[in-house]
Amino acid sequence: MGKFNLTFSPYGDRGILIEWPAEISDTILHDRLFFENCIQSYYIKQKIEIISAYNSLLVIYKSTINNLYSVKKQLLALYDEQSSDFIQTKIRWTIPVCYEEEFGTDLADLSANLKLSKQAVIHKHSKPIYAVHFIGFLPGFLYLGGLNEELHLARKSTPSLSVRKGSVAIGGSQTGIYPINSPGGWHIIGNSPVNWFNVTNENPCFASSGDEIKFQPITKSAYNEILERISLNEYQLEKEIIND
Amino acid sequence: MIKVLQAGTMSSFQDLGRFGYRHLGVPVSGAMDQQAMTLANALVGNNEAETVIEFALMPPKLRFEVDTTIAIAGTSFQPKINDNLVKSNKLLSIAAGDILSFKAASSGVYTYLSVSGGFKLDKVLGSCSYYPNIADDLQLKNETTIQLKQPHSHFLNARIRPQSNIDNAFLEVYKGPEFNLLSDKQQSLLLDTEFSISKTFNRMGIQLEEQIENELASILTSGVLPGTVQLTPSGKLIVLMRDAQTTGGYPRILQLTEGSINSISQKKFKDSIRFSLIPNPEFKNI
Repeated sequence: MGKFNLTFSPYGDRGILIEWPAEISDTILHDRLFFENCIQSYYIKQKIEIISAYNSLLVIYKSTINNLYSVKKQLLALYDEQSSDFIQTKIRWTIPVCYEEEFGTDLADLSANLKLSKQAVIHKHSKPIYAVHFIGFLPGFLYLGGLNEELHLARKSTPSLSVRKGSVAIGGSQTGIYPINSPGGWHIIGNSPVNWFNVTNENPCFASSGDEIKFQPITKSAYNEILERISLNEYQLEKEIIND
Repeated sequence: MIKVLQAGTMSSFQDLGRFGYRHLGVPVSGAMDQQAMTLANALVGNNEAETVIEFALMPPKLRFEVDTTIAIAGTSFQPKINDNLVKSNKLLSIAAGDILSFKAASSGVYTYLSVSGGFKLDKVLGSCSYYPNIADDLQLKNETTIQLKQPHSHFLNARIRPQSNIDNAFLEVYKGPEFNLLSDKQQSLLLDTEFSISKTFNRMGIQLEEQIENELASILTSGVLPGTVQLTPSGKLIVLMRDAQTTGGYPRILQLTEGSINSISQKKFKDSIRFSLIPNPEFKNI
């Protein structure tokens, strides 16, 4: 039997929404990844798409679902068949971030608001290991879990019209990296030179749900050096494979 | 080959969308009015999924360097070949050197141009639909040229009666995942109000003018689809369209059918719409 009592709801005539309890947790993330994996390997890849989020999977079929009952029954059977020996292989990516003033345009304001020194903010932001819960909002935008509570700060009341690509930011209880130039309402505390989305790669975004992210503070000269190496196609992110 | 004399505004290449990348945050995109788009393709004998040119507001001006056949569908924009007005929703013959332009439209938003055989383009992540930052080359630019595939030599679909989406004010909708969180009063307001299209509309979404008083909090970010109607904390209604982001945090109160997405895409500022609830599919044994 599956671990949770999941809710299944029709979403339009081509989608089924599967929901876990409405909370952000590693237990739900692990269970969701497991089920997502089962569904992906059960269906031929072309037939469905899955949008995953903190506590949900939205399974989208290419055409109208003719028999919702049998589809739900099949999905439930897949969930209940889950064996407990699922080993999730995940990758821990080390992401270089320059927190210097030129990039962290809101770092001073955020520090003042949180009554912390800039150094303390950088330390508390780069210390934890963040779990990639899912990718959404923009191509290659990672939703990360694990931001230190002392760094939680409500979004800006007026969003910035243009946030620079690579910006590392804090919004509410979340932290993330803007993969492309975009409007945005989060507080910018640094910038990473890494490319998050590349359409010419077979896998356009290197990270997947379930992976881990660790930020590594770097100087501006190291930042420029990495940019240079990326442009020459000679840069490789530091990564570690982890079996849970 | 086609020479782009004037690109117009919001002129882009679109097919039926980019599938298989939503888990990476890539919107599905594709033609806004897929009924009109597939009609334009059928008229010239193309597969319904063949890439077309979509434009809105300011039409493009194009010079054809080859003989071919084309079709126009979507709005009441009137096509002109050289200086002669010609008909939409009909197979049109083009001779090398002809210039295609358009006369302003009174109804509809998106117009589609299909060319027999299709355009020769490079797919990005499996699709020829324009989307900023991902597929920037799939939009029309002034003074560029567009290569064409070999045109078909015969046409099977010479008699197609267009079914216009433009006049239909009733939009069929399913209950969205959070519909049942609405109060009875909110539910009846949603289904009894005549809404109108606000000034804020684009390929990502359409905001409605009338608001619904709301105390419903945001939800934990979750998947959304084109055609999802979101209710913001301030009471605004947003209908997500083809380029909408893949996830969102506002309650998803309605879901438009595919036909209704096509219909609403052609509504202009101040046009009115009403939601007409149809039963959700059920998990019953049949």
